[in-house]
Amino acid sequence: MRLYAVVAAGGFRRYATYRIATAAGVFTNTVFGFIMAYTYEALWDERPQLGGYDMSQALTYVWLGQALLMTCAMMGGGFEDELIERIRTGDVAVDLYRPIDLQLWWLAGDLGRAAFHLLGRGIVPMVLGSLAFELALPTSAGLWLAFLVSVSLGVVVSFAIRYLVALSAFWLMDGAGAAQIAFLAGLFFSGLLLPLNLFPGLLGEVARALPWSALLQVPADVFLGKHTGWGLVRAYGFQAGWALALLLAGRMLQSVATRRVVVQGG
Amino acid sequence: MAEAVDTVDAAVAEGPSAVFAARPRAAEGVRAYGLIVAMWLRSTMAYRASFVMTTIGNFAATAFDFVAIMLMFSHVDVLGGYTLPEIALLYGAAGTAFGLADLLMGSMDRLGRRVRDGTLDTLLVRPVPVLAQVAADRFALRRLGRITQGLLVLGYALVTLDIEWTVLKVAMVPLMLLSGAAIFCAVFVAGAAFQFFAQDASEVQNSFTYGGNTLLQYPPTVFAKDLVRGVTFVVPLAFVNWLPALYVLGRDYPLGLPQWVAFLPPVVAGLCWVAAGLGWRAGLRAYRSTGS
Repeated sequence: MRLYAVVAAGGFRRYATYRIATAAGVFTNTVFGFIMAYTYEALWDERPQLGGYDMSQALTYVWLGQALLMTCAMMGGGFEDELIERIRTGDVAVDLYRPIDLQLWWLAGDLGRAAFHLLGRGIVPMVLGSLAFELALPTSAGLWLAFLVSVSLGVVVSFAIRYLVALSAFWLMDGAGAAQIAFLAGLFFSGLLLPLNLFPGLLGEVARALPWSALLQVPADVFLGKHTGWGLVRAYGFQAGWALALLLAGRMLQSVATRRVVVQGG
Repeated sequence: MAEAVDTVDAAVAEGPSAVFAARPRAAEGVRAYGLIVAMWLRSTMAYRASFVMTTIGNFAATAFDFVAIMLMFSHVDVLGGYTLPEIALLYGAAGTAFGLADLLMGSMDRLGRRVRDGTLDTLLVRPVPVLAQVAADRFALRRLGRITQGLLVLGYALVTLDIEWTVLKVAMVPLMLLSGAAIFCAVFVAGAAFQFFAQDASEVQNSFTYGGNTLLQYPPTVFAKDLVRGVTFVVPLAFVNWLPALYVLGRDYPLGLPQWVAFLPPVVAGLCWVAAGLGWRAGLRAYRSTGS
């Protein structure tokens, strides 16, 4: 357990090293936040209460999207490129020898990365957004805490998806295709472009049931106080359910892949 | 014999540039750019299936932007006072112009990484303009996906819109696309120049290129006046599509600008090139190798 805590701390420190890159990222998130906030304002001007959000809730959703973009790695990024490269070169065989659990090791590092991005790239855009627009920020500490739990679950779901993407490299040798599909799905189905409750009909129902909605839509709704009481438990259950299912899938795929490595190496 | 010696002496006195710069520098740059691009094209075509897939991915990634706009219009009839075909014209023009610039210059954002890891030094010792080398580096033909997507949306707009075409309006469409691409190219070069100073800040460049493209996809009525002023007079992105396209649509210009500004995009593009060129020179002169 202590080992994984050290790995997580390492993941945090590693991203904390790139200070100029972080500042540049904050700048980008803020620019896109402004552009999207104005378009959402135009949209909610036409249709107040669209999707069950009022204007300030819609604007809050925009800035949450920018704040969580890197934390929940909605468009990919993080460990998967490195793992794909290790699989491609065969270095992963060394990892498998180590007395650690491969999946937990990468998860710990990714949690550290996410924690840094939440602090480094989440807070400043949110503050700037709240200065320029009237946002609906939670007033109770409990709601902030509930939000943090939901974000954490979102990060685990995101990790589990990207772990599966990376493992595909055992079969495809080149992970670029799978990574690109995951990027597209993350971009569209996380609700980053438009809240998923604005997606019409069947498309909306499917989008809200897919795991990517755990990355932004669910944490944002928790933040906006849309899930309370049993609703909150259900929201957590949805995220945790996908996290467990995808982590288990990753574990099974990993053991199949590991056997492949042994066969090839023997 | 004596003559030959004289020539070599003269060349040595003037440094290596005298030996290599037989042609004017700009022509040399374009030729080098073409050669490097041809090399990357051959390497791309070695993996045809991969090229087709990444091009489709490039197309799909940009298409989702427009899908989001269409989803917005499933709830409203106008956005900022503009209908879907009108926004499609703005979107298609910005997307095509940006796609062209991205194809020609899109690799410029790798400059910061090159400064960091020291591989820029390799480019400096070659007798070819550095700008041409950086711009052509890893030339990615898959970016045709973005241009195709922009052109399709533009085509949809031109078919559905009810415009009273005049000669000037017809001429405005290609003029807008080419000048817009030129303006975006200048932004790419200026962004790369900035990275000589702030090495791992490629995202700042992205907010002006990708961010500018996203901004221009929506009508200026959506945005705050100060933001519109900024992208008209400071970073003149408004000349990429807003002003020429609003002329075609017969709409009011933002900030109460006079009608003739719609014809300025080529002039603005020229000025942007001059400014970006000066920025690039300043950056290149300030460059210090990391020594690695």
